[in-house]
Amino acid sequence: MLTLNNIEVVYDGVILVLKGVSLQAKEGSITTVLGANGAGKSTTLKAISGVLYSERGEVTKGHIEFDGQRIDGKRASDITRLGIVQVFEGRRVFEHLTTEENLIAGAHIERELRKVRENIDLVYSYFPRLRERCHQEAGYLSGGEQQMLAIGRALMSRPRVMLLDEPSLGLAPMLVEEIFEIVSRLVNQEKLTVLLVEQNATMALGVAEHGYVMENGRIVLEGPAGKLRENSDIKEFYLGLNEVGSRKSYRDVKHYKRRKRWLS
Amino acid sequence: MEFALLLIGNGVLIGLMYSLIALGFVLVYKATDAINFAQGEFVMLAALISAAVIVMAELPFWVAVIVALAGMIAFSFGLERIVLRPLLGRPIVAVIMATIGLAAILRGAGPFIFGVETKSFSLPVGDEPIFLGPFILQPVQVTGAVVSILFLAAFSWFFLKSRMGIAMRAVADNQQVASAMGINVERYFALAWAMAGIVSALGGIVWGSMLGVDVHVSLVGLKVFPVVILGGLDSVIGAVVGGLIVGIVENLAAGYLDPLVGGGTKDFAPYVLMIIALMVRPYGIFGKRKIERV
Repeated sequence: MLTLNNIEVVYDGVILVLKGVSLQAKEGSITTVLGANGAGKSTTLKAISGVLYSERGEVTKGHIEFDGQRIDGKRASDITRLGIVQVFEGRRVFEHLTTEENLIAGAHIERELRKVRENIDLVYSYFPRLRERCHQEAGYLSGGEQQMLAIGRALMSRPRVMLLDEPSLGLAPMLVEEIFEIVSRLVNQEKLTVLLVEQNATMALGVAEHGYVMENGRIVLEGPAGKLRENSDIKEFYLGLNEVGSRKSYRDVKHYKRRKRWLS
Repeated sequence: MEFALLLIGNGVLIGLMYSLIALGFVLVYKATDAINFAQGEFVMLAALISAAVIVMAELPFWVAVIVALAGMIAFSFGLERIVLRPLLGRPIVAVIMATIGLAAILRGAGPFIFGVETKSFSLPVGDEPIFLGPFILQPVQVTGAVVSILFLAAFSWFFLKSRMGIAMRAVADNQQVASAMGINVERYFALAWAMAGIVSALGGIVWGSMLGVDVHVSLVGLKVFPVVILGGLDSVIGAVVGGLIVGIVENLAAGYLDPLVGGGTKDFAPYVLMIIALMVRPYGIFGKRKIERV
């Protein structure tokens, strides 16, 4: 339902960040994009959600389609109205608004007050912890609660596609698991489509149906999550395991090797 | 004691006027993070427009109010569109410098278009002072204060309770994320500037009728800084409290200190207060603190 076709993204008119990225997010499932820092994962999400333009970036080639409609070049606020919402890396809650005000701001495109209330209750049912903190300024919530709020706020516009940028960033493993579990439930129960950018490959491949690996602004590997988990390169570089399943020492990995194997 | 009460009473009335004008500044800062150095010139422009309608065109007062309001709203929208929108996404200093340039342009263009002579008009409220216990109140100032209170209350409600107000605060907090929530950031910027235009129009009419209208009306813009720094740059309630403090301090200084030193303390007392405030509470009494989690 969401298709990126060979897109190129240029920042400031000169810096080429994405060099022909194609990917697809299948309806009602989680698709994950893995990759190291600076590979272009977040830029890919920003290109879809349209916030790229506020950072002086633009899609110069290729096109992005959502339900058969071209959405590249549209404004971020219009793309949200079409049903695609981004959850930013590093939570980015509205710090000076209370939890509930954050949610209300998230439902900006919903006209009816009654629906807004319904959506707030829906969010609280998935994230009961937010209800306890509903009148607290969001800046004072814990990291996990902020991540929950960021996801909940995105849910408020009742999106069909959620672009999730590193929800595990800086959170304790137990919280990461809790959040991934809730996201999976959202996908199953609310028929949400998720495009998940992650560095935590183990978690991401655990919940995703399909996965892509990015390096240097290009997709270098793709496949069903189950297959990727078995892939020896992924095991070696992302899951930190060698063939037998024991921990790998990075001293033994020659740096050039990694590049060569993916491009071949 | 009576003398003190008299001074305080007048200080409160003038202070509320400062609050209203400072509110225009606060609205813009809250929504767009830009410091509007042209707030005083906005007030001057509104005063000039209403004076032109009343004195030069000899139309009734209510026409002047409508023309000033409409003119200031149109001016703010145009300003946002032509000057500020192209600066979106640039460092905020660019916007601030643009407002300084705008202030200079308005100070020059105002008298150029409307003439340099001082024009005076009065509000249709009479000029019989009102005696209220120990207070002797000027009807103009009372009107100004009432208008201020009404608008301050309306804007407080707007920011705290209405969905548009919440969206505006969201824009102020993080523009990029707000736009990803479907909030049209440019439209909210335009709205903030338009609201600054509205309060400037009201301030300009009342202030202009008290002082007479010429380029000096813009000096009230300088009073805005101690008000907002005391109250907090981004707080509506802070603008009220800051305005009251500045108004009262100014009057007390004029009443008690001026006879001792021969005058002039009224003009700088608020700034002394401002410097003290910057040292002990740089974010103001009600300003938002930067939240840092460790």
